[in-house]
Amino acid sequence: MYFCGENKITDLKTNFKQIKEKVIETILMLSSATTSITVVLIVFFLFIEGVGVFNKKPIEEGFLLAVHPSNTIKKLEPAQIKDIFDKKITNWSALGGKNEPIVPFRTEDITEFYSEEELGENFEHFPEKIDEYVSKTPGVIAFFSEKYKSNNFHGRELDINKITVREFLSGEEWFPTAHPVAQMGVKPLILGTLWVSFGAILIALPIGLAAAIYLSEIARKRTRNFLKPLIELLAGIPSVVYGFFGLVVIVPLVQDVFNLPVGETGLAGSIVLAIMALPTIITISEDAMNNTPRAMKEASLALGASHWQTIYKVVIPYSASGITAGAILGIGRAIGETMAVLMVTGNAAVIPHTLLAPVRTIPATIAAELGEAASGGMHYKALFALGCILFIITFCINMLVEVVTHRNSHKKH
Amino acid sequence: MKKENRLAKVKRRNQSIAFGLFQLISYSIVALLFIILAFIVIKGFSVISWEFITEMPKEGMTQGGIYPAIIGTLCLVLGSMLFAFPVGVLAAIYMNEYVKDGWGKKIIKQMTNNLAGVPSIVFGLFGMALFVNKLEFGDSLLAGSLTLGLLVLPVVIRTTEESLKAVDDTFRHASLALGASKWQTTSRVVLPIAFPNILTGLILSIGRVSGETAPILFTVAAYFLPKLPTSIFDQAMALPYHLYVISTSGTNIEASRAMAYGTALILIIIVLVSNLLANALRKYFGKKVKMN
Repeated sequence: MYFCGENKITDLKTNFKQIKEKVIETILMLSSATTSITVVLIVFFLFIEGVGVFNKKPIEEGFLLAVHPSNTIKKLEPAQIKDIFDKKITNWSALGGKNEPIVPFRTEDITEFYSEEELGENFEHFPEKIDEYVSKTPGVIAFFSEKYKSNNFHGRELDINKITVREFLSGEEWFPTAHPVAQMGVKPLILGTLWVSFGAILIALPIGLAAAIYLSEIARKRTRNFLKPLIELLAGIPSVVYGFFGLVVIVPLVQDVFNLPVGETGLAGSIVLAIMALPTIITISEDAMNNTPRAMKEASLALGASHWQTIYKVVIPYSASGITAGAILGIGRAIGETMAVLMVTGNAAVIPHTLLAPVRTIPATIAAELGEAASGGMHYKALFALGCILFIITFCINMLVEVVTHRNSHKKH
Repeated sequence: MKKENRLAKVKRRNQSIAFGLFQLISYSIVALLFIILAFIVIKGFSVISWEFITEMPKEGMTQGGIYPAIIGTLCLVLGSMLFAFPVGVLAAIYMNEYVKDGWGKKIIKQMTNNLAGVPSIVFGLFGMALFVNKLEFGDSLLAGSLTLGLLVLPVVIRTTEESLKAVDDTFRHASLALGASKWQTTSRVVLPIAFPNILTGLILSIGRVSGETAPILFTVAAYFLPKLPTSIFDQAMALPYHLYVISTSGTNIEASRAMAYGTALILIIIVLVSNLLANALRKYFGKKVKMN
């Protein structure tokens, strides 16, 4: 009897222990799922908001565009509307309509045609006057708020095309706050990002490679142990400090050396990014070089090759994939870098033709504009779409690194 | 024979030129580090005073101190670590001690790598969409801390995993052989041995968090807020954002340059101290563990 009870207690104890173990394991599992969940959530939120760009008309909420009822044009592209209001297109015939000069009209222009008394003290006659003006001007294209649209409006509302993915990617103008229609072409931003990043890699790769070779193959162990932590320390300096250093040192330097009107250029961005990418490139390529089997190096030396010949005929080819991985990761860092680039590149959203002019990158655009974009608006969504593009680019880069290093590890076995 | 001699000479000359060049480049990189550090230390040293770190900004941020920014950054570091440290360590324990090699582990690993590769500005976008707008935390310390916490989570996981891997398997086997359960083995044997290295990782991620700007731009950072946060739902100033503001878009950029140097110096000091501390800890405990 007594014996049996003790058995029960031990049973209970082991049961309790087992349950405790299970609970702990579940907690651990949930914790390790956090990163996966976060990645999924990031994708979800980025794309939910970003896709919104393509579901909305790029005209300001509550506003409309109207033409004279006799006008044959039914639909216009955002870029065409911008050109009209910039007076670059001046005749409807250029858009396939009648041969008639275009008369752009904005709400505030009404005061040129009607006196204050006619419009009323509180603008209460605005709707009828706008209607009157639109119906008597055959070439008009009017941009005004929906609250000024009279009940028996005679003009015809223009349909504005939604932005397509292709237009978004290939559009050459980025004026998300433009009136009357926002211009959402991200080509200059994508090109700006790529230019600055590749410029950075062009600078950083040879330097980084040389340093990696020195650290891994040439330097004595003591020198290496002294230099490596210092180089890694470069990676620890916050990007905003790099941006500040670039702003007060590199920007004036670039301006002086190349005799430019402004020093805030793509080149300044590339230099700062190159400094920031160096530790990544050096650490990863050095690791790869260190993995070269000793026997291979010794075989090369035994055949009479010099130390230098051994390095570039044996060590570098052997660690090529590691070096590639380092370079790709360096590009990835450069593409995603925000603050330093924002502070030194001048942020002009034009298609870059030279690194000696201001450029604007995707991360810098998001950082500079999100604060001003109304939550849920077209601009806000466009910035999330930019975030999607950035995410996709960096995701692909990570995958590429994975593939490259994976191939390397296969080679070794 | 003569020809061979000449060849050997050329070979040796090429080699010494190349080696000399590589050495020069390596030392130049280190020199660059010292130039950046020296530049900011020299320019910023005269600015730093007791008032600078204990007073509110004044006169459109051209005078006074950066007290609220320091406090804000401390709060953010604390908040993000309160989230990232436990979650990261538990996740690493699961990955290293519990889960067996297989596709599940591969997926978790890959996702952690992917998260580490996400640009910081995308974390900012995400934090704004989820914490600020969806969960309606508003621009707050809570939203900023969680965003930063997610950002450093992969770092914490990776360093913890490495520390756990460094623990010799014989410890685990011995403990399990004595009848200890998996969790008992992990919590009483493995973790204490790995603890110093985990701590090192924690300190390094503190350095990382305190310098990040992009993720806090839209989740917590205030342009100018001359008071301290009183709850986790308050906005706060932060050192890196403050540096960005006063060096690019302050009311008077020239006049606030001195303040910018001072702020940059404080940031650098935080990063340097956390790096040195981490290294010292690693060395100190490294010896101790070996002696045991």
